[in-house]
Amino acid sequence: MRRLNVAALATGLAVCAAAPALADFDEVDELVINGEIEMTTRAEAPEHLNGVLPEIISGWRFRTDETQQLQMDDFDNPAMLAVDQATEVWNTALGSEGQSCASCHDDPAVSMEGVRAVYPKWDEEREQVQTLEMQINECVTERLGAEAWEYDGDRMIDMTALISTASRGMPVDVAIDGPAQSTWEQGREIYYTRYGQLELACANCHEDNWGNYIRADHLSQGQTNGFPVYRLRNARLNSTHQRFYGCIRDTRAETFPVGSPEFVALELYVASRGNGLSVEAPSVRN
Amino acid sequence: MFERREVLALGLGAAALTILPRAAWAAADEAVQAFTGGAEMADTGVTLTAPEIAENGNTVPISVSAPGAEEVTILADGNPNPEVATFKFGPLAGSHEASTRIRLAETQDVIAIARMPDGSFARAVQNVKVTIGGCGG
Amino acid sequence: MAENVTPRVRVPSTAEAGETVTIKTLISHQMESGQRRDSSGNVIPRSIINRFVATFNGETVIDVTLEPAISTNPYFEFQAKVPESGDFVFTWYDDDGSVYEETASVSVG
Repeated sequence: MRRLNVAALATGLAVCAAAPALADFDEVDELVINGEIEMTTRAEAPEHLNGVLPEIISGWRFRTDETQQLQMDDFDNPAMLAVDQATEVWNTALGSEGQSCASCHDDPAVSMEGVRAVYPKWDEEREQVQTLEMQINECVTERLGAEAWEYDGDRMIDMTALISTASRGMPVDVAIDGPAQSTWEQGREIYYTRYGQLELACANCHEDNWGNYIRADHLSQGQTNGFPVYRLRNARLNSTHQRFYGCIRDTRAETFPVGSPEFVALELYVASRGNGLSVEAPSVRN
Repeated sequence: MFERREVLALGLGAAALTILPRAAWAAADEAVQAFTGGAEMADTGVTLTAPEIAENGNTVPISVSAPGAEEVTILADGNPNPEVATFKFGPLAGSHEASTRIRLAETQDVIAIARMPDGSFARAVQNVKVTIGGCGG
Repeated sequence: MAENVTPRVRVPSTAEAGETVTIKTLISHQMESGQRRDSSGNVIPRSIINRFVATFNGETVIDVTLEPAISTNPYFEFQAKVPESGDFVFTWYDDDGSVYEETASVSVG
């Protein structure tokens, strides 16, 4: 059952208070990329969301036809320009070791298959949950002998986009139990905590009001299966942490920094809410 | 203390604000004039395809089709500069159609004007509503 | 020259003689409109691709004048007649004087 959070409405935001209409997202169109890669954009909610969401739905279904189409052909998807650039970096020796990503990992389409689907994930050696960005920087500094890349610099986001293309169509499948469980629980705590002068939690918009409008914005479930995303708004690739940062800033709060342990935990938790949706990254959103 | 001159300047500022949309239209009229030389424009002969509602004004997909046309110009009457693009079709054009992605500063009319080989003009207009969302991200 | 300008084109590699083919082009470019201001309030100067031309064996397919209202990473889709085997040449002209070129061969028969 959907529930409307009265407290969220009382903050004075123009959240549409009407009961959810039947068609609060695109129930008709199906996402097939290049006429080949079939994407699961609606799936059964993972067990830990029982009773919270009736099903999980990709953000693609909350966009207009025109925006949806930009993602349906790799040539039309401007994010692929970034993938091209990352491919060049992949094949370029970068650090003191004279090595490139390709020296160890050869063809990313093969070696990186399935990687994006399981990140963030527990790292035995470091005894912490690592995001794809952290893993890339581990390689950049330790294997290539280069300076660490800026966590949300273009080079880093482009590389996560390239690595993601090797998992497109595979279901998001992040582990939330075992050693990752406490980080996951920390992420869940953040998801349900109200931040900022507007006192909004992630859940107020993306769990209580998905499908409704907040002013002119059509609220999705806030799924991360499409990240990094090319946003029409800024005409560039945007990372998960940049999006978290923007959302929390919009609640008029001091936000956690990009790459912080809090955002790593939140990324794991939000990713787990999409377990079962296809990896779409790099996707196109508004 | 308010100087008379400052008050006057304020008044002028407000007046400038209120006539701004009209100024934009005037610029669009000038652009039309520059392309057509003031000739009459037919209502058929050019098709403009644009979304009724654009989710973001930064990237609005549009298409034009004007069979036989030598060139087609695209104008946006609510942008700071109304000119958007002009397509000239050469001898090896497979059709007189083209698609691109454009920026629209606000809700406004997008105008396509085709110049035909006989020197006549045709025009199509489509209003595009540009949503202004609150979510930065 | 603007940084990281990469053109992409999609052209079929084969065609029938006289066939009409669909072409898509995309080039990475900021298309700085000249309307934006930086954080200290100064206008960021205009820097755009102002012209795009597609030819086949030297004959024009399409010649486009671009204004600042064309989106970042300019995209075009259009159609061309392919009378014989040959080369498409795509040329983008930058405000800063740079010229970016990409070619694609089509074989007929």
